[in-house]
Amino acid sequence: MALRSLATRKTLTLGLNSRRLIQSRALQTFSLPDLPYDYGALEPAISGEIMQLHHQKHHQTYITNYNKALEQLHEAIQKGDSSTVVKLQSAIKFNGGGHINHSIFWQNLSPIREGGGEPPKGSLGWVIDTNFGSLEALIQKINAEGAALQGSGWVWLGLDKELKKLVIETTANQDPLVTKGPHLVPLLGIDVWEHAYYLQYKNVRPDYLKNIWKVINWKYASEVYEKESA
Amino acid sequence: MAAATSMVTSSSFTFPSQGLRLPTRSHPCMKPQRRFLRKYASNVITATYELKPPPYSLNALEPHMSRETLEYHWGKHHRTYVENLNKQVVGTDLEGLSLEDIITVTYNKGDILPAFNSAAQAWNHDFFWESMKPGGGGKPSGDLLDLIERDFGSFERFTEEFKSAAATQFGSGWAWLAYKANRLGVENAVNPWPSENDKKLVIVKSPNAVNPLVWDYFPLLTIDVWEHAFYLDFQNRRADYISMFMEKLVSWEAVNARLENAKAQAAEREMEEERMKNEEEWKPTDDDDDDDDDEGLEMYVDSDDDSEAE
Repeated sequence: MALRSLATRKTLTLGLNSRRLIQSRALQTFSLPDLPYDYGALEPAISGEIMQLHHQKHHQTYITNYNKALEQLHEAIQKGDSSTVVKLQSAIKFNGGGHINHSIFWQNLSPIREGGGEPPKGSLGWVIDTNFGSLEALIQKINAEGAALQGSGWVWLGLDKELKKLVIETTANQDPLVTKGPHLVPLLGIDVWEHAYYLQYKNVRPDYLKNIWKVINWKYASEVYEKESA
Repeated sequence: MAAATSMVTSSSFTFPSQGLRLPTRSHPCMKPQRRFLRKYASNVITATYELKPPPYSLNALEPHMSRETLEYHWGKHHRTYVENLNKQVVGTDLEGLSLEDIITVTYNKGDILPAFNSAAQAWNHDFFWESMKPGGGGKPSGDLLDLIERDFGSFERFTEEFKSAAATQFGSGWAWLAYKANRLGVENAVNPWPSENDKKLVIVKSPNAVNPLVWDYFPLLTIDVWEHAFYLDFQNRRADYISMFMEKLVSWEAVNARLENAKAQAAEREMEEERMKNEEEWKPTDDDDDDDDDEGLEMYVDSDDDSEAE
């Protein structure tokens, strides 16, 4: 891929030494992004205990395993070990997806005093009313989908850039929204893995879904919408 | 204790071809519950499924698995699966079927029908509670240990593999020890071990509600790795939960009894298939026939299923 063609190009001009240099170029590693708020700032909708575990343990583990998988992938590519390359795809999807999804999720949430829960204004507010009738109707639909999801996964409000409309989708495990359609852009994702709510809401996922809207950051969703629908 | 003894001797271990499970579980805290409620109306029998309590009290697995976990896991999650199952089955063709049959039918070769999740999860959780006991863990013995050593090399290797399967089932699901016998082609599903020798122990993991019944295997042991199974006690530390399960909770008696049943069933099945093969090869002359039977082939239809409860 890019790495190999780069190596090939350079060796034509510079010789063997630079190929070795290219191959030992460091792979980008990912690290845990900071939350833009304190762990306890989303209470009582989501407890500080959950936020801390979710961020420091779950998200961190996805990142650690993602980095490990990428390193193994890097080696396998260099060795031309196709069978390992293919075998690593599921680890990359799980862990890379976990990193992608949770990075979006932290931005989808915001303390009430910083605007969490405030309904969307501007073009996103308008298109929600047009597509779904009202914000309440949208929330009902998202919550119904989220509650009905069997096992682990996410429920999304997305923008279909091609069809130019809003969609509600669910994905299983840590599959990013794009696995449901290449033109889908996530505006809002709600994690419905049990780890996202269990300590506080136990088996009552619908209560978690009802309460999370109090801290949903519509400002972020609006920004993404405006940028992607331009 | 009474609960432990009754578990070993009762016939209510979950078992693939067994239909309705018999009631009578005496329990220190609970009255014996009738497993099935049967209503007779003309020649129609309907059955509703009831939530069976674990074969021990909800705090009996402490400090390893807390009472709080049992209260939610059994009292809410498992109960909800059973309630949903009843709602989904009533008035449909599924009504009156055994739980195992509902699972097979609704698995529908992987294109799962709505009642599958409820049915399979109801079954899985019964099987899970019975896979554990207070003071469990340790090592198996006898035939079971021999088979484990034959098929995994050693008990330690088995434990490693089982723990690894449980730890690497991504998302929600289960890890299983199962007995696989006499089947390479599985009609209802894609066989996860098509090239393995028959009559051996295998470790498999499954997502969400899927269980080895759909592959026509005989489940022997399971661990629930949905997060609700361990989150209150272990939070994100799934590996610690799995280790605890192996060291402190596994009921090797239960696994052993299930293995014996599985071997018996497999032997029966083998004899049956042998008999059917022989009958096809032989064409016995019919003395008492009125009509001229041109077909020549006798079709044997098994209408007596001994394992169906009354």
